Amino acid sequence: MINFEKFVLDNGLRVIVHKDESTPIVAVNILYNVGARDEDPDKTGFAHLFEHLMFGGSVNIPKYDTPLENAGGENNAFTNNDITNYYLTIPKQNLELAFWLESDRMLNLAFSEKSLEVQRNVVIEEFNQSYLNQPYGDVWLLLRPLSYKIHPYQWSTIGKDISHIENARMEDVKSFYKKYYNPDNAILVVAGDVEMSEVKQLAEKWFGPIAKGPEVKRNLPIEPKQTEARSQKVEREVPFDSIYKSYHMCSRYDDMYHTSDLISDVLSNGDSSRLYSKLVKEKNLFSEIHAYITGDLDAGAFIFSGNLVDGVSMEDANQALETEVQKLIDEVVSVDELNKVKNKIESTLEFSEMNVLNKAMNLAYSELLGDANLINLEIENYSKVSQKGIQSVAKEIFRKENCSTLYYYAK
Amino acid sequence: MMEINRKITPEIKLIDSLNIHHPEIINLDNGIPVYSFDLATQDIVKIEFLFDAGSRHEEKILAASFANRMIKEGTKSFTSDEIADKIDYYGAHLEIQSDKDNSVVTFYSLNKHIDKTLPVLAEVIRQPIFPEKELNTLKLNRKQNFLVNNEKVRYVARRKFNEMIFGKGHPYGKLFVPENFDQIQKEDVELFYKQHYTAKNCKIIVAGKIPKDLTTKLNSYFGDFDGSKPASQIIPEIKSDFANQQHFIEKPGAVQSAIRIGKITVNKSHPDFQKLRILNTVLGGYFGSRLMTNIREDKGYSYGIGSAFVSLKESGYFFIASEVGSSVTKDAIKEVYHEINVLQNDLIPDDELQLVKNYMTGTILRNIDGAFQLSDNFKSLIEYGLDLNYINSLFKTINQITSAELRDLAQQYLAQDSLFELAVGGK
Repeated sequence: MINFEKFVLDNGLRVIVHKDESTPIVAVNILYNVGARDEDPDKTGFAHLFEHLMFGGSVNIPKYDTPLENAGGENNAFTNNDITNYYLTIPKQNLELAFWLESDRMLNLAFSEKSLEVQRNVVIEEFNQSYLNQPYGDVWLLLRPLSYKIHPYQWSTIGKDISHIENARMEDVKSFYKKYYNPDNAILVVAGDVEMSEVKQLAEKWFGPIAKGPEVKRNLPIEPKQTEARSQKVEREVPFDSIYKSYHMCSRYDDMYHTSDLISDVLSNGDSSRLYSKLVKEKNLFSEIHAYITGDLDAGAFIFSGNLVDGVSMEDANQALETEVQKLIDEVVSVDELNKVKNKIESTLEFSEMNVLNKAMNLAYSELLGDANLINLEIENYSKVSQKGIQSVAKEIFRKENCSTLYYYAK
Repeated sequence: MMEINRKITPEIKLIDSLNIHHPEIINLDNGIPVYSFDLATQDIVKIEFLFDAGSRHEEKILAASFANRMIKEGTKSFTSDEIADKIDYYGAHLEIQSDKDNSVVTFYSLNKHIDKTLPVLAEVIRQPIFPEKELNTLKLNRKQNFLVNNEKVRYVARRKFNEMIFGKGHPYGKLFVPENFDQIQKEDVELFYKQHYTAKNCKIIVAGKIPKDLTTKLNSYFGDFDGSKPASQIIPEIKSDFANQQHFIEKPGAVQSAIRIGKITVNKSHPDFQKLRILNTVLGGYFGSRLMTNIREDKGYSYGIGSAFVSLKESGYFFIASEVGSSVTKDAIKEVYHEINVLQNDLIPDDELQLVKNYMTGTILRNIDGAFQLSDNFKSLIEYGLDLNYINSLFKTINQITSAELRDLAQQYLAQDSLFELAVGGK
């Protein structure tokens, strides 16, 4: 259970405070409600490039990291298809510095040409390192456009094509910032040994004077229902064949979300999970196999990824995987198996509360979903999932025509 | 509302003291020490078994890591599937890892299920039988996994660099090859387990909100666990067999090269080690480090670059690592040497040194925050005969060190002609 209090500034900034007296460290998390899905199809990779530029100096502070490090703090950020999330931890006596830093880069950035040029290069090297110079590194660049034809989830956060980053101009960057980096499009969470009154005063002082942004209307295209199975075959310089499948599923907001998540746990969470025990241990068809959900805010994906054991044919591997999937449709999971995945969830949530930064991130994300308190309802939401529910959601997701398969062959 | 001046940095308050929670120590009947950190907010516990049983102790290559991985794959009373089922069912979690010096078994459980989960843990630690079927699966999968990793420039560089600095004949420098996965046998794994997973070779660290009777329970499950200490190992002298300190491995078509630069240095037992950590932070140990500022933030050659002094039980080494665009590999290496040179010739400016001190102190505070962090820190010290007072002493060293000392250390430890240099990637 994570206790919290919430208030909203006049400019629309939502602030959530969680008190944890056990630690000398305070976590500050700012979630901006913007991700790769908000990008123009011709200018992809911007949300992520922007995350890099947020460290390139703001209007009154030449370098973000220097004062923070000087105060004993540490920070990082990530971008995904839905959100951009910035977080830091700092000794509690220096909390005001965090407000100063974060409010200045929400107020305005320095937008130096040098910073843009360097971060363009850094992102290109990140692309090279993660997507090109790795075996199987381009899987997501292939699977996303196979699975999504219209919705912006068809591109990765790094971008559809690295030329979009190479061609990023200052004016594009500035307009992206103006549109999304505003108090009413952000959620601030402070977690640690702090007083509500102190956070209130600091928030008013540093974030209060920042003007509201224009209203952001998200009007994203809805991915049409997939009506026939898709597949793509590629050959690459990799040592072994592998296979990837993406099924469309519900959004994070949907009632069926928790059921879908537990289905992925039945299949692939832990050594006792079905795919691991059957296909890796018992049958030696895969050297590694995973099933998981993307958990996206718009309708997301249920993903399978497996590396084939040398000498196993793609057909046999695919067949075995589909047989496991079919079992979820044909047979009801046992009470024990369902309880097992529920217990695992309970345990995971309990362990995640050991750390203030985790708690801050979870509160921010829950608030984005509609209410910070949702994090405290998770166990209950998972516990409601029934055997029949698992079966009917599996039936809904694992339709043959709902699947996109990438066959990734070793040359 | 009062106008605020955003140009002025809010006052930074330094950390003037640390509040370190030391573990409570008791011995089980057979002498296994149990170190307990009882200070968590959640009703959970972590129980960690440390064995002096890393790869340097093995006679047959890979025996240490296979013994470690196989202990949960079948015991006298339970099959591999039953172990997995029981652990998963109670939301527990079993992590195993082995490195050059140690093998570690880490067990996480909710307190309310501890009576159900402990017996399984006891079986895993004490009664593994290393079944052939599971062993063959592990051999197959680890070999494939290795062959995939071996396509990554970073992985190839890490292995090769190790061999370069320690030499092929040294327990820290030897490398396994794909055939070794075919050669490892049940008897090798079993023998390694018998010799090294013994009471005399074992320590237990417990952290979390520790149930009152946990030590009694640990004693009943592990207190009669026997076995002697393995014969102490003779560590040969380190002797690199590389004639040339510069080495390049081509991976045709690679868009980036992995670079590694470094050498053998000292470990945590050496009085200079803490000071070297400070020197390292300046050079490549944090986001604002000189290497990061130069190579990523100024030149844009790389997504990231870092450096570290690594402590091993019988040695220690220093390395700088990065993946850089293939076309700028030479330029990046040049800049690395430039930064080392500057450290050897110029005093670190006061404001930079102060920043590094403050940053490192903050890092210490994070590293002792909570039961799990504390126990991790403790784990990294205990094999050197050190305890958490080491953190206090690091705190003191950080506060006292001067730029002149750091310049001298850079000269003493990082002379360019003593450094090995490796690049793996495209031309």
